[in-house]
Amino acid sequence: MATTTMTMARALNEGLRRAMEANTKVLLMGEDIGKLGGVFRITDGLQKDFGEDRVIDAPLAESAIVGTAVGLAIRGYRTVVEIQFDGFVYPAFDQIVSQVAKLHKRTDGVYTMGLVIRLPFQGGIGAIEHHSESPEAYFAHTAGLRVVSCATPNDAYWMIQQAIEHDDPIIFCEPKSRYWEKGEVDLDEPPRGLFDAVVCREGRDVTMIAYGSMVKIALRAAEAAEAEGVSIEVIDARSLAPFDLDVMIASVTKTGRLVIVQEAPPTASLGSELAAELSEQCFYSLRAPALRVSAYQVPYPPSRIEEYYRPSVDRVLDAVDRVMEWES
Amino acid sequence: MEDNEFVQILTPEGQRAAHPEYESSLGRDEVFGLYRDMVIVRRLCNEATSLQRQGQLALWAPLQGQEAAQIGAGRALQAADFAFPSYREHGVAWCRGVTPKEMLRIFRAVSTGGWDPQTYRYSVPTVVLGDQVLHAVGYAMGVQRDGAHEAVMTFFGDGASSQGDVMEAFVWAASFNAPVVFILQNNQWAISEPASLQTRIPLYHRAQGFGFPGVRVDGNDVLAMYEVTRRALDLARDGGGPTLIEAYTYRMGAHTTSDDPTRYRVDAEVEIWKHRDPVERVKALLTHEYRMKRAALDTVTEEAEAVAHQLREDVLAMDSPDPLTMFDHVYATPHPLVERGRREMAEFVASQGR
Repeated sequence: MATTTMTMARALNEGLRRAMEANTKVLLMGEDIGKLGGVFRITDGLQKDFGEDRVIDAPLAESAIVGTAVGLAIRGYRTVVEIQFDGFVYPAFDQIVSQVAKLHKRTDGVYTMGLVIRLPFQGGIGAIEHHSESPEAYFAHTAGLRVVSCATPNDAYWMIQQAIEHDDPIIFCEPKSRYWEKGEVDLDEPPRGLFDAVVCREGRDVTMIAYGSMVKIALRAAEAAEAEGVSIEVIDARSLAPFDLDVMIASVTKTGRLVIVQEAPPTASLGSELAAELSEQCFYSLRAPALRVSAYQVPYPPSRIEEYYRPSVDRVLDAVDRVMEWES
Repeated sequence: MEDNEFVQILTPEGQRAAHPEYESSLGRDEVFGLYRDMVIVRRLCNEATSLQRQGQLALWAPLQGQEAAQIGAGRALQAADFAFPSYREHGVAWCRGVTPKEMLRIFRAVSTGGWDPQTYRYSVPTVVLGDQVLHAVGYAMGVQRDGAHEAVMTFFGDGASSQGDVMEAFVWAASFNAPVVFILQNNQWAISEPASLQTRIPLYHRAQGFGFPGVRVDGNDVLAMYEVTRRALDLARDGGGPTLIEAYTYRMGAHTTSDDPTRYRVDAEVEIWKHRDPVERVKALLTHEYRMKRAALDTVTEEAEAVAHQLREDVLAMDSPDPLTMFDHVYATPHPLVERGRREMAEFVASQGR
């Protein structure tokens, strides 16, 4: 097994490179992704190696980046679109919801919308406004799209390749606060399917589901809880639409308690969906209501105070206390 | 916006008009073919309006007045080219071989698409204004990468010309020199809003600001539409980049069968445009210059009647789809929630004893 240590940013870069080598129909398009290598350097060096026809520096218009990727998909190309920041995806919202999500259906399956929309999302990097948002629920709500998120370099490396190979359109959410954290990457074998959740820490008392940046927070909370005698099972959802419910149901059935951790505001969020779904499916196993630890129902704040907005280990532990104390 | 700004080689009276850059390359049989196309699409459009009035269609968007713009552009396309319509381009659909029955599926509300776009090399209707214009440019970028000698065409209206997606498509097409021809059918009205609300300059002038040629054509002159479009397609195929063609025309009927144009425009305006009819001028040309007999022209009318009759039969035979088909093709690969929905609906329907 050839493993190597690299950052998530590097893992994405290597994954894109491997996908482009494997299939000449794979193109990259986005703002500043060529010479600059993207504002996060995810596409660093790829234009030099694959040329300007395959790594396309786009004029600055997100709707056109996605809209022309639709046309390229109709022509048989697989375009990996980079939206520079989460908060800049909204100009492309119409193309994503009205066209990317529906054209396969509207053509009775004739058009394959094999495109990947990379979305650096979530906050925690001290950015200015519109650079720290969690828009995943907008897309998860829309039939025809799939939404995934990586939390480790190994998943980043493999999931981006799996997403590019997949025939459905995929919103690929990258937790930008984890771009520069290192991890082991297995270059030979994907860890699991693109739409599989993973139990990343086993436990007995509480199931904790997180994705993206919050997986690390959940794992740290689980460590802290362990010291106090509470055993938390942490699940990285990985696929946000659809959810891998089987893994989650098995865990909640075992633990009887559920805490969901997300950076997004709570209303109509993925955490809300999970709470509703798992409450219904695991009703007789639950010893406490499913709790969500979310951001607040306010716009993303100035980043000097973002750590009050994003779920922290302590806020997560408060929720753990609440589900543990429910019966007493 | 004077009429004399546009390319016209056949006058409303059916007389040839000299133009410094364009002349008709078509002989009698080809002109007759364009006449046949226009008569048939006008007739099938009338039949569709009747079907809607009789409760057989959810909606219809009539094309009357725009036959020449659509048939001229549609017939200029080569087989390998690909076109992306908006929702009123029944004439272009006809040119691409889409059957009238397939055109009406979306309006019968039995489908959200209608036909196989790869077979006809003609995409499905796009109702969100301007979205398809970007798809055309993206497709054209694919053609470039394939090194193929093909061109791409897309249709939108004076109303959609205000859409950001159309502006973005112009930027992309210019920057990447995409082999695409933009056909802007300026039919003067976006439902109730006049073209003057969308623009303060002739719309074809916009192309210049983006760095590619724009040309205004008498959109009711099928010969001019054909020649101008053909040249623009050749230019695109040969690496010359995009062209904007403004087909200056008029929507003789309502926006759709749900619209009432008497609330926002005067009869006198419609009267003026009746004298610029796209079909009558070709009929006059065929009669006077080519000396075609009434009987020969009548064969087309009869054929159009037969098409309309067949269309009516086909539409009436078009039943509601099986409700479970709403779960087909949502994704290209199996999806647990779609399959769950399919299962739940099947069980529910069975429980109702239906």
